[in-house]
Amino acid sequence: MLDAHLVKRRDAFALDAAFQAPAGSTTVLVGESGAGKSTALRLLAGLDRLDQGHVVVGAERWADVSAGRHLPAWQRSIGLVAQDYALFPHLSVFDNVAFGLRASGQPRRHARPMVQETLDSLGIAALIDRPAARLSGGQQQRVALARALVLRPKLLLLDEPLSSLDLQTRRAVRGELRALLRRLPCATVYVTHSPVEALVFGDGIVVLERGRVAQAGSREDLLRHPRSPFVAELVGTNLFVGRPVTGGRIVTPTIRTAEGVLALDAEPGPDMVYVTVSPREITLFREAPGGSAQNVFLGTVREMVPEPPAGERVRVVLDANPTLVVEVTREAVASLELREGMRLHAAFKATGVRVYS
Amino acid sequence: MASAEGRGELGAWLARVAGALLAGGLMVLLGLPLVSLVLRIDPGVLADRVREPLILQALRLSLVTSLSATAVVVASGLPVAYLLATREFRGKRVLETLIDLPMVLPPTVAGVALLTAFGRNGLAGHALSGAGITLPFTTLGVVVAQAFVAAPFFVGAARAGFQEVDRKYLDAAATLRASPFHALATVLVPLAAPALLAGAATSWARALGEFGATITFAGNMPGVTQTMPLAVYLALQSDLDAAIALSVLLLLFSLTVLLSIRLGPWRLAAVLARARRASR
Repeated sequence: MLDAHLVKRRDAFALDAAFQAPAGSTTVLVGESGAGKSTALRLLAGLDRLDQGHVVVGAERWADVSAGRHLPAWQRSIGLVAQDYALFPHLSVFDNVAFGLRASGQPRRHARPMVQETLDSLGIAALIDRPAARLSGGQQQRVALARALVLRPKLLLLDEPLSSLDLQTRRAVRGELRALLRRLPCATVYVTHSPVEALVFGDGIVVLERGRVAQAGSREDLLRHPRSPFVAELVGTNLFVGRPVTGGRIVTPTIRTAEGVLALDAEPGPDMVYVTVSPREITLFREAPGGSAQNVFLGTVREMVPEPPAGERVRVVLDANPTLVVEVTREAVASLELREGMRLHAAFKATGVRVYS
Repeated sequence: MASAEGRGELGAWLARVAGALLAGGLMVLLGLPLVSLVLRIDPGVLADRVREPLILQALRLSLVTSLSATAVVVASGLPVAYLLATREFRGKRVLETLIDLPMVLPPTVAGVALLTAFGRNGLAGHALSGAGITLPFTTLGVVVAQAFVAAPFFVGAARAGFQEVDRKYLDAAATLRASPFHALATVLVPLAAPALLAGAATSWARALGEFGATITFAGNMPGVTQTMPLAVYLALQSDLDAAIALSVLLLLFSLTVLLSIRLGPWRLAAVLARARRASR
């Protein structure tokens, strides 16, 4: 179990994020570039010093600023797989994987069987005597994993482990890596900018936005209850955040958001309210819908993407306030004569939303 | 118009001629002495001279002292270069200037400075003689003088070499339980090896050629402090053939060092191996 509170200030950037990562599972730190993911990883590894906070793994206090404690990286039981793997180019695969064992004082002949076993478990035993400088991307990735895992770390840190691979290798490695991580007894922290990887790998997901935790929870929790625009985009839905409007002669429950007033069919709680609208619940109109239509937005079509790529439906991104993602059928596209740049009205019913606080 | 154009062409032509003359002058200045030195040797005389005890003595002394000085410079220069390459600290600029100074200091001045520091009446002279160590006019003094002038060449090259190693390898080593010292020995030094070897070779060449500081600080005693450059100078006054023979030896050595740096030590080794196979 990892318990971390990471605070680091740089010139124009501040990271302040607290989260936990249980042993035996994978916790994904996801966010856009500049969100502080790599900084967080370096702080966990001990390559950089915390300004505030702590890093506790099991019963070991690796860093605790209030107690003046900082274990340097080499004294922590970690494994780090860097984005470009950073295999030592002057060493063979064997010497790369044996590096940590030798550094902790094991003689070469003791290291050999352990290295062999680890390479075997990753299916790369045949590479053992190859120079590390002559490996393909996928092979480098596995050797980097072997180099970290042979030390049986208490905390495994992966920094965008798939981003240096080409598309085909990435797809093959993704499944393998997922299966491998499931078997590991240690806590794994997986850093990525990719929503897909976050959902594939994350038993727990921590969403970082500009150095802060925007939301943390299980995969299901994030899918069902996104609480920030970034998370909503990540799981592909529309999110409104607002406060309930009370008093007056309001019949339908209503909340006030930054984008205007929304009508709901359920009574919201007294506090901050989150409303998600599935892209399929939104209808597009060329003319403003008349009568008692509620929740109407006017916007311009920014892009239209078939969904799935050869499928029956089309994802329309509408530049309204806020930006809306709408999913319509091909027939609707034809009958509305939809094209990019077109001005449209979008509306959803009070019954078509999910409300939570 | 035509005349202006003609003037422009004439100017360009003159500039080209002037440039060629100046460049040619430099080539003559640099090349002619070396060529004439090589032309003056009679291979038979060279072989005879090299076997003379006085020359052999100087040759051996030069090799022993310059290699010792290089060893001292490499051993003490490595941590300094590591510090300069990886850390920021107060007084870094002062340290850098101090280390570079021997490169621009006249060697005789270096010799005088060494005397005032380590001479019998020097600042550290008493402490040294108390410990039973005498530097001036001893072989050890030669090593000290050579190390003094050769150190900046190694430290500069090693520092640049260390700085060129990507930090990610040191980070990787740190996450693999390697203490900073272990990482230095197993990652940083091997990855910077070409620069370190080039730096060591340059300082060795500088130590071998050392004259001014040596003669000022250690004197000119055959078998004790008389290294090759000193022997050349001495021979010049009595025996021109011997001076030329010694000079050619030193020239060949310098050329080898320079080529090995230019080609890289590994490629030079490969070239030499191929030459050896071909000669067999």
